[in-house]
Amino acid sequence: MAIFSDTGLLLLITLTKIAVVIVVLFTTIAYLTWLERKVVAHIQARWGPYRVGPHGLLQPVADGIKFFLKEDIVPLEADKVIYWLAPFLGFTLALLSIAVIPFGESFTIYGHTISFQITDLNVGLLFVFAVTSLGVYSVTLAGWSSNSKYPLLGGLRSSAQMISYELSLGLAVVGVLMIAGTLSLRGIVNGQAGFWHVGGINTFLPHWNIFVQPVGFLVYFTAAIAETNRVPFDLPEGENELVGGFHTEYSSMKFAMFFMSEYANMITVSCLATILFFGGWHGPVFGPYALRVILPLFWFCAKLFCFLFFYIWMRGTLPRFRYDQLMAFGWKFLLPVGVLNILATSFVVAWISSS
Amino acid sequence: MVVLFYIFAALAVIAAISVVAQRTPVYSALSLIVLLCSLAVVYLLLGAEFIAVIQVIVYAGAIMVLFVFVIMLLNAGREVPSHRSRFAHWLGAPLVAAFLVEILFAVWQQFPAGSARPAASLDAGPAAIGHLLFRNYVLPFEVTSILVLVAILGAVVLAKKEL
Amino acid sequence: MVPLAHVLALSVTLFVIGAAGFVFRKNIITVFMCIELMLNAVNLAFIGFSRYLGNLDGQLFVFFVIVVAAAEATVGLAIIIALYRNRNTLNIEDLDSMKL
Repeated sequence: MAIFSDTGLLLLITLTKIAVVIVVLFTTIAYLTWLERKVVAHIQARWGPYRVGPHGLLQPVADGIKFFLKEDIVPLEADKVIYWLAPFLGFTLALLSIAVIPFGESFTIYGHTISFQITDLNVGLLFVFAVTSLGVYSVTLAGWSSNSKYPLLGGLRSSAQMISYELSLGLAVVGVLMIAGTLSLRGIVNGQAGFWHVGGINTFLPHWNIFVQPVGFLVYFTAAIAETNRVPFDLPEGENELVGGFHTEYSSMKFAMFFMSEYANMITVSCLATILFFGGWHGPVFGPYALRVILPLFWFCAKLFCFLFFYIWMRGTLPRFRYDQLMAFGWKFLLPVGVLNILATSFVVAWISSS
Repeated sequence: MVVLFYIFAALAVIAAISVVAQRTPVYSALSLIVLLCSLAVVYLLLGAEFIAVIQVIVYAGAIMVLFVFVIMLLNAGREVPSHRSRFAHWLGAPLVAAFLVEILFAVWQQFPAGSARPAASLDAGPAAIGHLLFRNYVLPFEVTSILVLVAILGAVVLAKKEL
Repeated sequence: MVPLAHVLALSVTLFVIGAAGFVFRKNIITVFMCIELMLNAVNLAFIGFSRYLGNLDGQLFVFFVIVVAAAEATVGLAIIIALYRNRNTLNIEDLDSMKL
């Protein structure tokens, strides 16, 4: 490694991490579609994809080939630049927010310490929110540029929903920030190591933030589902209400990009829920050094998988909100509950730190 | 590091010219968003990490969404060039260039390049800004919260169909 | 490190471009966006000075400028909507009913 300079080595390691994360993310998104179809099918007492490969495991590959080969139809009066920009913008932003998510502990190899995170910003959490805020544009511009009634209405409704629930998302996290004292995601996870000790007695409950911020978690997860436009908040793209919502006029690859960015957003939000409330990669760790490095990664992915399964479970179970019910819920219920959570948490934190 | 500043400064100037020169308001709005994001990167390079992220979240992510909504709802189409005085039309660009050169000259006189070295590295994290905000600047903070409330009420009243 | 003069030069350039747009453009929403451009140029100057004087107050001022710009954009756009509803035009040359 002496032939590389310090910055050169850093660049090489970062590029490798980016490549690994992108490959893993794409595979996860593809198999998330398979998982969704299978789970929803079993909830509805049918099989789901069964024929393409064993238990339909090659279905995502078949879907990918289909998307590549489909005819790309562009509406006549569509605004060409923005019509092409919107899905790529959405997808880029969805990938960008993965850059600050820590997946596991750091390990040392050949004297260099490498962490399972592309970069650790000390305003990491705000960075994720910034990228989410910009993601609203992809939906708005897609709806407007299609130059058609259904996409415009769907796009405007969807973006209004997203900006409304962004507020509750931010407020829900403030409680966690007060406890952790840092905006760096790795710092927040590091604060959740160990167990809760009540009055000197070890309760064997993990030191996760969910036990001190249950209301915060509920507000966060509800707002996250609304942010990612999933059932029960998926009116803007519900088939029976608005044809296809903002992606009605899109076909083949651009349509696939919208779907991939929706799943990537789901993954990001679930990663954040794991990191903020469920202790990130903390879990029982034992064995030789190689195992000690892989096990935190495994615990992180297991918790992430639980959240994704919960998302899909809700899709198969719940009906969707009407739009005015959705907006009323976001502004008149979730926002005040978030603010009250902050008030209560700040009182408790001030009382504890003064005593 | 320093070359990044010049890259994003150039991007900001191109975006600004695009805001002013585009005929369609939607393209102007998108150029303004590009400008806001490149300025956020410049703030990051100047050590203001919290303000950079706040700029993206609030300015590019909320205020500009408002602009884009209004442009889409009012269906603002391409702007037709006006047919006013020909003389003023040709006098415009040279006067702007003269104004720019004059102010740049004044700035250069005051701060010759290379004379101002940055002070010791500043801790501009959220904690430091929070300390300052809630101690020295708590009154402006509370006043701006009332200002925002008044703005919300004003907007609701102004944009209503019937009062 | 970037010299202060370069940061200020960028700020001044953006401000003059915004001012030129404010004077020359006819669509009222574009004029409003040029106002936001000028505000951002000033924000950049504040951040530049905050860096070079080692004082965090400049960044705090930028925070307040952003909040006030948000409030101003809200009310301004509401006025534009009300104006469009009454006059059905977004061209500032047609809004001349107070002329002599």
